[in-house]
Amino acid sequence: MFAPAYFDANATTPLDARVLDAMLPYLGARFGNASSRHEYGRQARAAIDTARQQVAVAVGAHPTELVFTSGGSEANNLFIKGAAASRKPGVMAIGATEHPCVRLPALHVQQHGWRVVQLMPDADGQVNVDAAVALIVQDRPAVVSVMLANNETGAINDIAPIAAATRQAGGWFHTDAVQALGKMPVDFRGLGVHAMTLSSHKIYGPIGAGALVMDKRVDVPALIAGGGQERGLRAGTENLAAIVGFGVAAELAVAEMSERTARQRAARDVFENGLGAIGAQVFGAAADRLPNTSFFAFEHIDGETLVAKLDRAGFAVASGSACSSADAEPSRTLLAMGVEPGLARGAVRVSMPHDVELNDVDRLLRALKQTVDELKHLAAVAI
Amino acid sequence: MSKFPIYLDYSATTPVDPRVAQKMIPYLTEMYGNPASRSHSLGWAAEEAVEWSREQVAALVNADPKEIIWTSGATESDNLAIKGAANFYASKGKHIITVKTEHKAVLDTFRELERVGFEATYLDVQENGLLDLEVLKAAIRPDTTLVSVMMVNNEIGVVQDIEAIGEICRAKGIIFHVDAAQATGKVEIDLQKLKVDLMSFSAHKTYGPKGIGALYVRRKPRVRLEAQMHGGGHERGLRSGTLATHQIVGMGEAFRIAKEEMASENERIGKLRDKLLAGLSDMDEVYVNGDLQHRVPHNLNVSFNFVEGESLIMAVKELAVSSGSACTSASLEPSYVLRALGRNDELAHSSIRFTIGRFTTEEEIDYTVDLLHKKIGKLRELSPLWEMHQDGVDLNTVQWAAH
Repeated sequence: MFAPAYFDANATTPLDARVLDAMLPYLGARFGNASSRHEYGRQARAAIDTARQQVAVAVGAHPTELVFTSGGSEANNLFIKGAAASRKPGVMAIGATEHPCVRLPALHVQQHGWRVVQLMPDADGQVNVDAAVALIVQDRPAVVSVMLANNETGAINDIAPIAAATRQAGGWFHTDAVQALGKMPVDFRGLGVHAMTLSSHKIYGPIGAGALVMDKRVDVPALIAGGGQERGLRAGTENLAAIVGFGVAAELAVAEMSERTARQRAARDVFENGLGAIGAQVFGAAADRLPNTSFFAFEHIDGETLVAKLDRAGFAVASGSACSSADAEPSRTLLAMGVEPGLARGAVRVSMPHDVELNDVDRLLRALKQTVDELKHLAAVAI
Repeated sequence: MSKFPIYLDYSATTPVDPRVAQKMIPYLTEMYGNPASRSHSLGWAAEEAVEWSREQVAALVNADPKEIIWTSGATESDNLAIKGAANFYASKGKHIITVKTEHKAVLDTFRELERVGFEATYLDVQENGLLDLEVLKAAIRPDTTLVSVMMVNNEIGVVQDIEAIGEICRAKGIIFHVDAAQATGKVEIDLQKLKVDLMSFSAHKTYGPKGIGALYVRRKPRVRLEAQMHGGGHERGLRSGTLATHQIVGMGEAFRIAKEEMASENERIGKLRDKLLAGLSDMDEVYVNGDLQHRVPHNLNVSFNFVEGESLIMAVKELAVSSGSACTSASLEPSYVLRALGRNDELAHSSIRFTIGRFTTEEEIDYTVDLLHKKIGKLRELSPLWEMHQDGVDLNTVQWAAH
């Protein structure tokens, strides 16, 4: 198959070869069910324990605080619905730029008597801390969820003061750190959060594993009931190979973070300098952002069209978050930032993998310029 | 010679078939796209692989690919089916029915629904592990909305009469869910014929990878569910979360192979099971748990009387077998499935589940028979109860004195 230059690392990342090597024995001879009481089972259990340790260390948590899930979406659902089920219905506050797998569970629990309020971002995409704290002091939400870094703009939220205010007000604070891990330091205890969502396939691990890290004092019921795995919080035979891969990926993500992010930042700077020269507007450019993400638009150019043309030219980029890239609605994140819907429809996301090549960035810039020129020409002819 | 310990625990999990692993690996390396990415060829290639796999799963059970929803495994499928249907149809009634010998994934889900206001009936089974259809009919009420009965029991391998139960449920307008995690590749499943509305599948019981399963959701007549996982709207909104392409491809290939090889494999495995059964039957006081006729050929669950359960497991360390199901084997409680058949605690405790599979060899069965003869003999030599039994004492009549 023809391999495009990959600039969609926030959707999913290629699997690290070292992670694959670690996984393969578990797709082969080490296939046991971790609940079995024989050698095959014990081998599987030991491998899961190691991975639990690796992921916990990567985010400064204790291994017993980790619940392995099938991925980030499940972990977010587990916390939001679980917290709603275990607390008296009241106010739930979520960031206005949350991923659908936080936003939709929150909307879902409204039918059980919860009132959901949104914490709005500034024009640069970061949740406004003062406004969030004021709302928390006033409304005393029992559950608050604000993502650590946004999947579309890459904007990093200053969640520590929001988490502290939530704690002060007696609420539980959760953060979706799926996009943050490996691209910035993530410290479960340092951030003062009650719960945190992680995903393997955003950090060069396999799709199919994720985790909810949760303070032991937070008590939520399982989303998936059954065999009692994961301290009763997540039933089902553990996805052994994927969990092993997740562990190794998490370890590498932290060990290699400084080199990876330096490379990404340098490439992103080159890219955004080039973008400026061809007249793109970068969303959240002034914000503290993940080093690999650029979300941008050109006036009067449709994002879907641009993305399709780039695909034909051999570049994999996104027009929004992958999950919602089938619908033509403009990005909610951009609308929440106050971006005019017309411009928002032009949005394109470039998210660099950790091994991004400057050469590919140059090629992407050239292809972008050429495509934008063509589209502008067509638009001019049409007028 | 065989690799030790000899693996006879195929109902706990199966190795990934090497052909399946081969098929998965490209999707772990160069074809790593997110199937939800609609904007580039890597995403499309992943989506194409996902749809190919959906066709394979549908083909094994004679369903329409559009009726197959990917999940993380049979446990999630059971949760989605039972909670999803019970909640969706709650306005019609809140009575739900299952069987005492179901997997924990079903039983725990029922308990959860009881806690939120549903009323559940747990049906007894007969001594052979099979459900008496009259018992089911008697339990159905006007407000019954859901019946859940597994196709093949994970501990004793008995096959329930899904066709007849389906007729009963359909006639009453009741949603019928079947956990078929242990059935795929072992018994013929024809969803054009069976009046089943929802059916759970697992890959890792059928030589596919762990972490992937599916739920069949009938379209005609249409069955509706309340989603249990919300988010990006994957799987027609019924199950959000990035699809694990490599795992899905693994399940597709595993089910493709199952369809192709089921007939010949069942014959071979049936012969091995019969050999194992014959080899164990010439010992005294050995009881087969569960009906032998209505049973998958892979399973033999046997209780060895006058042998203490834990020492039995310790004595057969050369075998990877299970006593009770893997999920509950960490507890010392006797198997609730065997208790439901009316076995006493001692017999339930001293049971071994042998499950034979694709890679089991005849030498392994011979070794197993030989080992059990030696070990059971030795354990019984040490047992005063066995000695009393040999002397003709009926232990049920003995008055035990406390010291």
